[in-house]
Amino acid sequence: MNKIKDKSNKTPELYDPQISAAGRQEINQLQLLALKQTLKHCYANNEFYKKRFDEAGVDPDRIKELSDIEKLPFTTKEELRLNYPFGLFCTPLDQVIRVHSSSGTTGNPTVVGYTRQDLDVWAHCLIRIMYDTGVKKDDIVQVSHGFGMFTGGFGFQYAAEKLGALVVPISGGNTERQLKIMADFKSTVLCCTPSYTLHIAEVGEKTGVDFSKLNLKVGYLGAEPWTEPMRDEIEQRIHMTALNSYGLSEVIGPGVSCECLRKNGLHINEDHFLAEIIDPDTGKVLPNGSKGELVFTSLTKKAFPVIRYRTKDISYLFEDDCPCGKKLLKMARPMGRTDDMLIIRGVNVFPSQIEEVLMKVKDLEPHYLIVLTTENYLDKIEVWVEVSDSIFHEKLMDLEFFEKSIESRLYSAIGIHIKVSLKEPRTIARSEGKAQRVWDRRQEKN
Amino acid sequence: MPVKQLTIFLENQAGRLAEVAKILKDGNINLQGFSTTEARDYGILRLVVSDTEKARQMLKDAGFTTHVAEVICFAVQDRPGELFNILEILAAQKINIDYIYVIAGTRLVISVDDIAKAVDVLEKKGIQLC
Repeated sequence: MNKIKDKSNKTPELYDPQISAAGRQEINQLQLLALKQTLKHCYANNEFYKKRFDEAGVDPDRIKELSDIEKLPFTTKEELRLNYPFGLFCTPLDQVIRVHSSSGTTGNPTVVGYTRQDLDVWAHCLIRIMYDTGVKKDDIVQVSHGFGMFTGGFGFQYAAEKLGALVVPISGGNTERQLKIMADFKSTVLCCTPSYTLHIAEVGEKTGVDFSKLNLKVGYLGAEPWTEPMRDEIEQRIHMTALNSYGLSEVIGPGVSCECLRKNGLHINEDHFLAEIIDPDTGKVLPNGSKGELVFTSLTKKAFPVIRYRTKDISYLFEDDCPCGKKLLKMARPMGRTDDMLIIRGVNVFPSQIEEVLMKVKDLEPHYLIVLTTENYLDKIEVWVEVSDSIFHEKLMDLEFFEKSIESRLYSAIGIHIKVSLKEPRTIARSEGKAQRVWDRRQEKN
Repeated sequence: MPVKQLTIFLENQAGRLAEVAKILKDGNINLQGFSTTEARDYGILRLVVSDTEKARQMLKDAGFTTHVAEVICFAVQDRPGELFNILEILAAQKINIDYIYVIAGTRLVISVDDIAKAVDVLEKKGIQLC
């Protein structure tokens, strides 16, 4: 079931123990130096940051300790969006060689940029993660994350390639081909979302694939929240070690943190990212072990550094004497969000985006409900809207056309297919306070 | 003269059609005929009733989404070839039929894309519209 552990109980050697196994003091020293450089870089090269540091009375040259960062305000996704597309870049565009983006709450997406050095930093993060969990140059890495503006595909591809492994950039979708290539190429590593991994398992079982005979040994699964029972299920069905991989494009993409083979918390790549946990209401920094919102500051990125970026992911930080040998701080598996963001098959969706589209549809009643379900382990999102006399013109064709036209408007605004279902008037519960706009039925057993 | 037809949007749920029937019964409204069309999650019920306005109001009050449309209605004989006779006339004039159904008294209800033209050609052929 757990191929890496089954082969030997020996801990794999570490990629760069001088950092990942260094003591707390050493790591913090390293972080302080890098933080100073990052703040100076932001201050010198970007008006937004200069103004912001001046307003906060922070002189990057006078940063004395890591906790001085608490004097700086947080950066929010909204601010990234307001500076669309390149307003928060801190290097000239001729040094930027790649952009990625994630969906925005409304309107513009968030665009992130990378210099050549940034791409190497990114690769370094993922190489360390992969190497320390047993991936070497003779491995065959099947990257089933989407390639494109999403960071998942290219992130793993570049790192695995640099590590010297063989990369199969198959991207997402076409499950039967995923299975064929997995078997024919003898893929040993899978980079994927957990839900799509389960879907691959299901399709494979239906078509008679014996996963115990495949060569997969480890999967780096992320880009959406998942649970321990889901891990157990994946490991039992796919016969590989399933590791929780965490990242977000605003910070770098995958590679911010990942579990080691002990599967007890995600080691943060602390030489590149400074993590804090805050009380989401007061903004107060909380000690290790306290649950709150994750905040990251990038320490080595040049094109798109982030300073105290609020992820809205809820977790806690902790240190333990991890038998893997790494001393890097750990974060717990993210356990929720401070906002209403939904993650549907790796895509960030905000109810407000859906609402914005619906409100522009003529004659549509202002009541809607977003219904989330799972079908064959894949998230399905549906939006219920009510039929009113003004849109009901007695022909079925018209109603179906009406549904399809909203579906295509949602698709162009959000980028995923959202099914629209017409309901009778007053089907959707009216609320007297905050309207309940999302009905998450994904945990229900069908 | 075209006839008024009452159309109702119904979710695909057990008992929903029965609720409509009960409202009509309570209003002492006579049902002359009806048809249903179903999509995946919902359907459309089309009715020809003795008092369209009253039925519509009662259904609206009960929270149903309704629509009143004009359709053509006429009696046919109960014998082979009757349907073809009518359809041939409409087809010759390139009048498109959206839907067609039979109601009590061997009458046909037809919804077409051009009502005025359809009424005209049918009357010219001596077909008595109700």
